[in-house]
Amino acid sequence: MSVPPPAASSKTSGFRVLAFATAIAIGVLGGLGVFTLGYGDGLSYLTKDPTACANCHIMQDHFDSWVQSSHHDVAACGDCHLPHDFVGKWFTKADNGFFHALAFTTGDFHEPIQIKARNRRVTQNACLSCHGELVNALLPAEHGGDMQLCVHCHSDVGHAGRR
Amino acid sequence: MLGLVFVVAIVATILVTYVLVTMFSHKQDARQPFVRVTEVSEISTDPEPWGQNWPRQFDGWKSTAGDEFYGGSSALPESKLDHQPWLKRLYAGYAFSIDYREARGHAYMLYDQGVTERVTQKPQAGACLHCHASTTVLYRRVGLEAMGEEVTEEKLAADFNMPAVIRGFEELSRKPYQEVLAMLYATPDGTPGENEPVFPMAPTGGFTGEYAGQQLPEGHEMIGEAHPVTCIDCHDPETMSIRITRPGFMQGIADLAAGDGDASHLPSVEKWRAGSRAEPYDPNKLATRQEMRSFTCGQCHVEYYCANKDTLTFPWGEGLAVEDLEQVWSEKVFPDGTPFFDYKHGETGAPAFKAQHPEFELWSQGIHARSGVSCADCHMPYEREGAMKVSNHNVRSPMENINGACQTCHNVSEDELRNRVETIQARTVSLTNRAGEAVTEMLDAIMEAKAAGATDADLEEVFDLQRKAMWRLDYISSENSKGFHADQEAARILAESMDFSRQAQAAALRWRAPEAPSTEDLPTEPVQGVTPGE
Repeated sequence: MSVPPPAASSKTSGFRVLAFATAIAIGVLGGLGVFTLGYGDGLSYLTKDPTACANCHIMQDHFDSWVQSSHHDVAACGDCHLPHDFVGKWFTKADNGFFHALAFTTGDFHEPIQIKARNRRVTQNACLSCHGELVNALLPAEHGGDMQLCVHCHSDVGHAGRR
Repeated sequence: MLGLVFVVAIVATILVTYVLVTMFSHKQDARQPFVRVTEVSEISTDPEPWGQNWPRQFDGWKSTAGDEFYGGSSALPESKLDHQPWLKRLYAGYAFSIDYREARGHAYMLYDQGVTERVTQKPQAGACLHCHASTTVLYRRVGLEAMGEEVTEEKLAADFNMPAVIRGFEELSRKPYQEVLAMLYATPDGTPGENEPVFPMAPTGGFTGEYAGQQLPEGHEMIGEAHPVTCIDCHDPETMSIRITRPGFMQGIADLAAGDGDASHLPSVEKWRAGSRAEPYDPNKLATRQEMRSFTCGQCHVEYYCANKDTLTFPWGEGLAVEDLEQVWSEKVFPDGTPFFDYKHGETGAPAFKAQHPEFELWSQGIHARSGVSCADCHMPYEREGAMKVSNHNVRSPMENINGACQTCHNVSEDELRNRVETIQARTVSLTNRAGEAVTEMLDAIMEAKAAGATDADLEEVFDLQRKAMWRLDYISSENSKGFHADQEAARILAESMDFSRQAQAAALRWRAPEAPSTEDLPTEPVQGVTPGE
């Protein structure tokens, strides 16, 4: 939408009205946005706190079973589900933040929830970042070679219901 | 430019509002899973008031009818007797050889029982309603009367009163079916003045036979409606927790606990056995939540005796395996002292046992039971509704809902899971049909022996083999999972059935064959080495 070029007087008054309306719209958006961010506890997603991941009831079961799991004292959600480098970590956070919000707001997602391939690679690398020394002999000869994922057998080390 | 900013701001505001509203409604859902808008009590067999409080569960329950309720004689499911002709031979002399059809959903249990020719053409017992109708209030009413107490609606609504329910169940178990059904109509259902059931009731007397189309007998005016299994049959109206309401199961599971049959898949029974055993095992007090999610189904999806010579019985005193049940029936005598049997086989005259849908028992032998998976986990899997978890009350085959039923634990594709199930079921069906052929040939051989002059005394051992063969075939063919509930056990039972059939057939053939010649003098080949020489 562009501003039409009519006579000067009406042009300025029309422009003022639009400017005023735009200012109000931006104000409303800002106010509502800040409120929604607070209501949804949006800033918690910038922390490492595992309870933030269970803001959304969908992750409640995963959170509850992680509390009881063998890895509870050594790894929180982000340790297995985020890459350990700065760029990868924030990129993955943004990627999952957007797609989780989209899926859970529209309700359009597979039940039981399933991890996507990219995130599965993240968890596999997380396994190896701690246990790589131990399983060195099991790894494929070339980097990226074909192998079974650790969680294929060790499915409930992090939390029950690997869905 | 400014206009574009304006439009973007408006669109973004709408989006943010949408996110905010869904977030708000999810948080509300999580806070308050249901709202009680009407009172329900121990008298509320009518599910409609429950449905106002718990609409999601009620809708699921209604869905067991399919997209709509299909009544009338033309909508009845297919006859199994036409598909598997050996069934008619198996059930010869028994009402199941008249009319035996594929099962339908829970919504149809009472309707289909009211119109099956097994009920409309042969006298049946009121015990059958233990599982086909919502009968706890009827049992309580009759029980209180039998105990000489005054019956008021307040008293019926006040508490469950298991002793009165058990007493009423015993009173009605051997009365004629039609009479007990009429008493059910004359029992209040918690919605006085409202007599439109959710599902239509069967025409009195069914579609054929002497009672067809008749009105209810005099003096049995309708006070409540007759309902199929409803909310109150599994749920406590006060707390909504699941519970056992059926006397048959209460007694059966107490017998199982008191015996020494394997119950390793039922931790609370094991625990009770290790304790003082002062009180009988009571599932409502002792069972774990996960056990209860199978026990509620085990109130009906079991093998039982249900006819007019004795009270309804679950044969679990020796354990839950097919031989354990068979042993109980073999040792049982009727109240008049005669040995127990379900029917005399119409062709050979052998006393036979009828197996009926032993799903709970077969599940108990399977890998899922040993892994702690309950009936509800697969047949009523949890679903997410907004922020709520609701178990799906549209009880049906897990194959209709593979992702909810199987993929929660099995991380493989839907096609792979379907293939696994279909492989098991196809193998079981094929073995079942072979066992059916074996039974048919056994019956032919026994009839030929009788025609050749064999008396019942001559055939006593053959009859014993016949009964064992038929019981095992019936056990798996009437069980509603086509072997899936315990696949190897199902195959084992069918293999034994075929073995007993062939043993009986051979014995009957031998009886009328001439004496066999001696095989002593027949030459046999000596050992020749690995490859016989020229």
